[in-house]
Amino acid sequence: MTLDYEVLRLIWWALMAALLVGFAVMDGFDLGIAAQLPLVARTDTERRIAINSIGPVWDGNQVWLITAGGASFAAFPLVYAAAFSGFYFAMLLVLVALILRPVGFDFRNKISDPRWRATWDWALFVSGFVPSLVFGVAIGNLLVGVPFEYTDELRIVYHGGFFGLLNPFALLCGLTSLAMLLMHGAAFLVLKSDGTVRERARTVLSWSAVALVALFTVGGFWAAYGLDGFSIASVVNPSGPSNPLAKTVVRETGAWMVNYGAHPWTIAAPVLGYLGAVLALVFNRSRAEGLTFVATAVAVLGIIATAGLSLFPFIMPSSVSPDSSLTLWDATSSRGTLLTMTIVTAVFLPIVAGYTAWVYRKLRGKVTEAYVRQNTDTAY
Amino acid sequence: MELDPVLLSRIQFGLTAMYHFLFVPLTLGLSFILAIMESVYVMTGREIWRDMTKFWGKLFAINFAMGVATGITMEFQFGTNWAYFSHYVGDIFGVPLAIEGLMAFFLESTFVGLMIFGWDRLTRRQHLTVTWLVALGSNLSALWILIANGWMQNPVGAVFNPETMRMEVTDIFAVIFNPVAQAKFVHTVSAGYVTGAMFVLSISAFYLLRRRHLPFAKRSLAVAASFGLASALSVVVLGDESGYLTTEHQKMKLASMEAMWETEPAPASFTLFGIPDVAKRETDYAVRIPYMLGLIATRSVDQPVMGINDLVKRAETRVRSGLIAYRGLQTLRKDRDNTTARAQLADNQENLGYALLLRQFLDDPLQATQADIHRAAQLTIPPVTALFWTFRIMVGLGFFFIALFAFAFYVSATQRFERYRWFLRLALYALPLPWLAAELGWYTAEGGRQPWAIEGILPTHIAASSVSGGMVLASLIGFIIFYSVLAVVDAFLMVRYARMGPDDALKKSVTAPEDALSAATPTTEA
Repeated sequence: MTLDYEVLRLIWWALMAALLVGFAVMDGFDLGIAAQLPLVARTDTERRIAINSIGPVWDGNQVWLITAGGASFAAFPLVYAAAFSGFYFAMLLVLVALILRPVGFDFRNKISDPRWRATWDWALFVSGFVPSLVFGVAIGNLLVGVPFEYTDELRIVYHGGFFGLLNPFALLCGLTSLAMLLMHGAAFLVLKSDGTVRERARTVLSWSAVALVALFTVGGFWAAYGLDGFSIASVVNPSGPSNPLAKTVVRETGAWMVNYGAHPWTIAAPVLGYLGAVLALVFNRSRAEGLTFVATAVAVLGIIATAGLSLFPFIMPSSVSPDSSLTLWDATSSRGTLLTMTIVTAVFLPIVAGYTAWVYRKLRGKVTEAYVRQNTDTAY
Repeated sequence: MELDPVLLSRIQFGLTAMYHFLFVPLTLGLSFILAIMESVYVMTGREIWRDMTKFWGKLFAINFAMGVATGITMEFQFGTNWAYFSHYVGDIFGVPLAIEGLMAFFLESTFVGLMIFGWDRLTRRQHLTVTWLVALGSNLSALWILIANGWMQNPVGAVFNPETMRMEVTDIFAVIFNPVAQAKFVHTVSAGYVTGAMFVLSISAFYLLRRRHLPFAKRSLAVAASFGLASALSVVVLGDESGYLTTEHQKMKLASMEAMWETEPAPASFTLFGIPDVAKRETDYAVRIPYMLGLIATRSVDQPVMGINDLVKRAETRVRSGLIAYRGLQTLRKDRDNTTARAQLADNQENLGYALLLRQFLDDPLQATQADIHRAAQLTIPPVTALFWTFRIMVGLGFFFIALFAFAFYVSATQRFERYRWFLRLALYALPLPWLAAELGWYTAEGGRQPWAIEGILPTHIAASSVSGGMVLASLIGFIIFYSVLAVVDAFLMVRYARMGPDDALKKSVTAPEDALSAATPTTEA
């Protein structure tokens, strides 16, 4: 098989999905734990148990997001430009939250004054809650369509404000994403803690898994029967130049379900989403902590893949000028850049996975009350 | 008043980038100093070196958190505020950013947690390796970012594609081995090492002045003095100017830094001091050192250095050529198979960006008059007076650092700390200077790049997103407030921990003061 432009575009669609799933699985539990901090940890010691469960790893995990951002810049520059400028205030909101996180983790333990710590607890909660919600809202808006169009110089013009992003379907997706990451975060916390914190995390896990199944189901029916999906009406040249104005796009209800009929194997994605959530409930009940975490990770994979496969080949459809919609056939970088990026990723991603595994192995074991009490100055 | 989103986006990017660079150089320098200290610990087995690593590591961690936090802002802003830039050059510019994530940032961030929390979980050698990997990761990170930045200064290995209306890679190795990027990398990381060394030097001097933690402070000062001396020599000798003759606009930057209006015959002299008069195009009261500029800029005595006036004339020629390319492109967009238009574009495409300069004041560049072309060429002059001074202050500081670290080396080698207390005071008050030099250096490099976002290819004016001025003003005000609060908190913690000193900061307390804390505040949950 030769790596022609079409194949490279497909590879990069899959790699972007993999990087986003990597982010949601690896950093998702950090976000989820920060977002459930008020629920699972009430005293300072309990908070420190929860925070230290991710203390040494959140920083490396966050690089999944940064790399996904950099990779979309390199592989899908049109999507990068359209999504970041179109979601201007939403992106800046996420940014503020992501800035609060490192400083929250690092500054909180430096002073023992209760007001100081309570302030950073709030900051940490915001740093987990806001991105968990906003990333889902953003995905929801992709399915609804985003109000942008291209001039013939390929300059993006955007016709909507921040509050336009808060439409009902997108908010539903935001809640789905929040439930998903709360569940996933709880699974990690159960694995890494004991005592009261673990018991509370078990409860959060059960409720969020149930909520996730319900929200995912509602979202699925809504996308199938309530949303006008998009489909390409003209002939597509999968190896053509990346110019989004070269095609014609129509909108019709049910278009987001077409892929599941045409390629039945894609149904595996929503099935994994459900299966992961249900198994998480079962394993949580039987106290199989490792398996619970694997199950929530599978749910995360299945749910993100469901969104991606429903949209395929669209990435960022336009509601006001459907022909301006970005698809994987007309929003990528050049063939040369995709090839370079493929080689780089093939070399470095396994290396990253290798040393990440080593670091987690070195850090295995539970964060206990005794540990945080003995390390008041060295741990967070 | 109409709010200009481009100007506001520039202010926002400039401020957030300079803010980010308050933390980056310390990370670059201090990570190596930690690795050196820990290496001594592993080789000698003496506990004081471990405590040194841990204490400076604590300050490193506070700074690192801010560096990570503010770095994300930079990546986001290319998309939020510079969408046309992202579209136009993402094919090239995105690659080093993505590689930075995969190759460097993962390395640095994955191991930094283990470096801070892993002392009891690793063998000595394992922990030492982890510390070195953090230092390696942060420096590799700088390499890839500067490859991206170097491409903005000297855009090699790419060509304009009229089908996609953007630049596309033709030679990725030319992008990676861009001589401008390599020069920038060496210069920038050296500046980071100087910053790290100054940080350790100043705080150690503070302890020596207070006669506290003497064995700790003396050893730390010795490391800072030797590492700092080597770095200060490197930052001055391996300056950034070596890349300044590679392209037309880099020449313009150099000429503007020198306020050199007319071309100087070889070997050019260096203006040590003067008052640039931009209106009259003269530099008053100039004090010149013969040969010096020729040596700095061309590394030779037989090549002339071009002056601003001649470079503007050449820019005018390039605008004219660019207009031919622009006309060809417009024709081509309506009629893909027009071979004449394609040839016009191909023959003049390296000047297409110069035609886009006209867009700053003309909606249709093809209507440009003689006067418009002249005006566009004038736009290629960066802010001369500002560059002249920022460059000179930076270079002056560079020489000061060499002298300071050399003397610190002498004081440390002879152990005459009590005799040279004035020097310890000087070393303490010199603390902010490497940051000042670094910020001035960035202003010289990036202010000198104006009016271009990508030199010769994409004017800053059209690189911005189509967002409204009001939106950018709102986010800019938000950044200023948010960043100011964080700066105050960060400075407060840094000063607090530095004053506390190694004994208190590293105390292994088991008295758990948080019991009282949690009893006092049972309902603080969010």
